[in-house]
Amino acid sequence: MAAGVAAWLPFARAAAIGWMPVANLPMPVAPTEKNKRQDELIVLNVSGRRFQTWRNTLDRYPDTLLGSSEKEFFYDEETKEYFFDRDPDVFRSILNFYRTGKLHYPRYECISSYDEELAFFGIIPEIIGDCCYEEYKDRKRENAERLMDDQEDNKDSKLPNMTFRETMWRAFENPHTSTMALVFYYVTGFFIAVSVITNVVETVPCGSSPNQKDVPCGERYTVAFFCMDTACVMIFTVEYLLRLFAAPSRYRFMRSVMSIIDVVAILPYYIGLVMTNNEDVSGAFVTLRVFRVFRIFKFSRHSQGLRILGYTLKSCASELGFLLFSLTMAIIIFATVMFYAEKGSTSSKFTSIPASFWYTIVTMTTLGYGDMVPKTIAGKIFGSICSLSGVLVIALPVPVIVSNFSRIYHQNQRADKRRAQKKARLARIRISKTGTSNAFLHSKRNGLLNEALDLTGSTEDERHHNKTTSLLESQHHHLLHCLEKTTTPSQHPPSFPLPQNHEFVDEHLYEQNCLEGALQNYTSRSPSLSSSGGLTGTCCSRRSRRKSAHLPNSAMSPGPPHGLQELSAVHIHRSDRPPLSTSRSSLNLMPDEAMRLNCKSGQITTAIISIPTPPGTTPEGDGHGPPSPSVQTTAGSSVVKVSAL
Amino acid sequence: MKAKTREQSLSDSRELDGSYDQLTGNPPSSQSKKTIKQRFLKLLPCCQPSATPSVSQYSIEDDFELSTVCYRPEGLEKLLEQTKFTKKELQILYRGFKNECPSGVVNEETFKLIYSQFFPQGDSSTYAHFLFDAFDTQKNGSVSFEDFVAGLSIILRGSINDRLNWAFNLYDLNKDGCITKEEMTDIMKSIYDMMGKCTYPSMKETAPSEHVENFFQKMDRNKDGVVTIDEFIESCQKDENIMQSMQLFDNVI
Repeated sequence: MAAGVAAWLPFARAAAIGWMPVANLPMPVAPTEKNKRQDELIVLNVSGRRFQTWRNTLDRYPDTLLGSSEKEFFYDEETKEYFFDRDPDVFRSILNFYRTGKLHYPRYECISSYDEELAFFGIIPEIIGDCCYEEYKDRKRENAERLMDDQEDNKDSKLPNMTFRETMWRAFENPHTSTMALVFYYVTGFFIAVSVITNVVETVPCGSSPNQKDVPCGERYTVAFFCMDTACVMIFTVEYLLRLFAAPSRYRFMRSVMSIIDVVAILPYYIGLVMTNNEDVSGAFVTLRVFRVFRIFKFSRHSQGLRILGYTLKSCASELGFLLFSLTMAIIIFATVMFYAEKGSTSSKFTSIPASFWYTIVTMTTLGYGDMVPKTIAGKIFGSICSLSGVLVIALPVPVIVSNFSRIYHQNQRADKRRAQKKARLARIRISKTGTSNAFLHSKRNGLLNEALDLTGSTEDERHHNKTTSLLESQHHHLLHCLEKTTTPSQHPPSFPLPQNHEFVDEHLYEQNCLEGALQNYTSRSPSLSSSGGLTGTCCSRRSRRKSAHLPNSAMSPGPPHGLQELSAVHIHRSDRPPLSTSRSSLNLMPDEAMRLNCKSGQITTAIISIPTPPGTTPEGDGHGPPSPSVQTTAGSSVVKVSAL
Repeated sequence: MKAKTREQSLSDSRELDGSYDQLTGNPPSSQSKKTIKQRFLKLLPCCQPSATPSVSQYSIEDDFELSTVCYRPEGLEKLLEQTKFTKKELQILYRGFKNECPSGVVNEETFKLIYSQFFPQGDSSTYAHFLFDAFDTQKNGSVSFEDFVAGLSIILRGSINDRLNWAFNLYDLNKDGCITKEEMTDIMKSIYDMMGKCTYPSMKETAPSEHVENFFQKMDRNKDGVVTIDEFIESCQKDENIMQSMQLFDNVI
C-alpha cells in the first residue's frame, strides 16, 4: 500500500458504514489496538545528523528496517533515539520515501553506495519512482559492465598449470603475454602487409617490352609473385591451423568472423592450384582472386580501432538499416520523378527508371558527377529538390552512428587506461596488504620478545614499547596465531621438546624458500604457507621454522645442532648495534630501523632464524646475502638463513 | 529508433492518422480544440474575444488553476467545535489528508484513486463515487478538509442514529428523502463490484438484485416500493446485526 493512503485507512474503514445496513450477516470483530498510543515523534540519529519523524510515518512500510521492530536493535537508551552509523545524505532519500511514498535516486550519489544503503534499510530498489528509475538502471548497468571488464582483465592472470593448448590460445588472443606471442603477432602482421602489397603491385603496369603493350607486373614476374603468394598463404594456413588447434571450442571458432575471413583469404590460392589448366573456369578463378583482398581484414586482429569500427557498425545495425531503407525509398521516388520529367527532352540520358537511379544516388550524396544532368525545367526543379533532400536523409542517422562509435571508443580507451593503471594499483594494494601481515609477524616477534625478556628479565622500556599495539591488532594477531597453532601437525620426534609450528611467513621469504626448496633435499616437517594466501605450497615443503622463543630454551640443550641457536640467542641479547654491523642482525636492523624510528638505540632486534629441522641433519651449507631491499619485506629481511658460523 | 517493440512501432502510426497527440500521447482533448472561426478571429487584433465564448469550457489552463489553488481549512478551534474529534486526532487526520492532497481539496479522481488502493481486486470506483457525493455536502465537486472531517465525525463519533442517518444519505442518491429500488440496486452493484470477479463461490449475475429484494423486504414496511428515512431507521434499530456492526466504528480512530 502506498504511503499516503495508509493515513487514509481510517477513512476507508469509516466508509464501510455503507455496507452495514445491507449486510445479511454479522460483521467480524474489529481488531483493537492493544496499547493505543498517541502518535509520537521519534528521533533518528544518523551519524550525528538528527532526523525526526512521526512513528506512524515509519510504520507505513512494515517490511523495511525502520518500519519493523528491527530498528529496536539500534535504540539507544540513554539518548532515547535510534542511532544508525550510516551515510546521512543517502538517508535523506530513504526517509523521504517513507514520507512521500516515492523513492528517488539522487544523481550525485554513487550507485553502489546507494545500493548498499537500500539493502541495509531493507528497501528494494525496484520501487524507485519513475522519475529516477531510468537513471538508476543506466548507472547500474554501466557499473556492472565496468566490473565485468575488470574481472575479465583478472582472468588474464596466468594460472600455474595451463595446458599447452591453453597457453597457445592465450598467446594468440593476447600477444602481450609472452615474447613468442609478440613475435608471432608481428610476423603475421608483416606477412599480411606483404600479401596485400603484393596483390596491389601485381596489377601495376611494369614497363613494357618493345613489342608488347604495357604489361602488369604480375604477368612479367610471374614466378616471383607466385612465390610470394605461396609463402604468405603458407604462413596464413599454418596460423589458421594453429588457431584451430588451440581454440577451446573448435566449432565456435570455426563459426567466428575472423576465422571465416582467414579461410576466405587463403582459399583462392588453393582453388587456383587445383584448377590451373581449365580455361573456362580460369575466368572464375580470376574472380576468386578478388577475395584475396580480404586478407586486409586480417589486420583487425592487430588493430583495435578496426575492431571498434566493426563493433560499432554491428551495434548500429538498426540505424544503418533505417538509413538504407530511407535512401532506397527516396531513390526510387526521385528516379521515377526524374524519369518522367525528362521523358520529353531529346537525347536524354534518363532512358529508364533504373538508369535514373544512378543520377539520383549521385545527386543525393551530393557527388554530382555530371554525367547525367536534367535538361527540362521540371527536371531541374526536381533535381534540386532531390539533392536537398539527400543531404537531410543522410544527415539524420549519421550522428547516431557517430555517437555510438564515440561511446564504444571511449569505453575502450577507458579499459586500456584501467589496464595500464592496474599494475600500479595492484602493487600499491599489495604493499598495504603485506603491511598488515608484516605487522602480524612483527608483533609475533614482539610477543616472543616479551616472553624472551620475561625469561631473561630485561629492562622496562622494551616491554613498554610493545603495549602500543592496539587491542584490535592484538586480538587479530592472536587469531592468526591460533590459526597457526591449529594447523600445526602433531609432534613428530619425541625427543624434541617443542613442536614445530605452522607459521605465516611473508612473500619474500616464501619465494626464497621456493627457490631453495628446489636446491635442498632435507626432509622437512611441515610446509609453510605464504602469508599472501591462496597459493598452495607446492614447492615449499622443505622448510620448517622455529620461533625465536625456542632459542632461549634450546640454548640450554646441548648438541651441535643447537649451537647455532645459541649463537642466535646471543644475538638477541645483545643490545649494542654497531658491533653487529657485520653480523646477520645488522641485516635485520636496517628494515627494523625504518619501523621503529622512535625507539631507543638499545633496541633488541629479534630474528626469526630458520634452522634445519631434525637433529642430525647437517645444517645447510649456504647462507645468502642480504635480502633485496624492498618496501614490503621488513619482516622478510629479518628472516635469514643461518649459515654455519 | 532503438529497442522499440513491434507493437510500439506499429501503433505509432497513430501519430500520422491524427488520432493521437504527439506531445502528450493522449487523444487530442476535444476541449482544447477551438473552432476555426475562433482561431481566425484571434489573429485579428480588433476581434479579441472579450466575453468568454461559450464553447471554451474546461481547457488545460483551468486544470492547472485548480491544482495551484491552495485551500486552507478553517482554524483548528473551529473544527474542534464542529466535530467531535480531539485536537490530536484532527492533527493526525489533517496530516494524512494534506500529504495525499497538498492542494487542500480532494477531487473525485483522487478520491477514487485513494479508495481503489484499498480494494485492489475489484472495481471500487462506483462506490467511491457515491461516497464522494455523500461527503461533498456543498456539491461543489471537491471535498475539502472540513467536509471530510465532518463526515468522519458523524460516522466515527456520532450516535447510532446519526450514523444511520448518514448511511441513508449515502444510499439516497438523488437526496430526495427516499431510497428507490433503482438507487438501491446501483448501490448494491457497486458494492458487489468491489469484490471483483475472483471470489469463491463466484457471484451470480442476479446476486445484487436478490440482495436488493432482501433488503426491501426487510426495510420497506408499508411496501410502497421506496424506503423512507423513518422506515430505515426503525428497521435498522430492530435488527441486532446492524446495531452491533454500527458499534464497530467506535474504535476506528
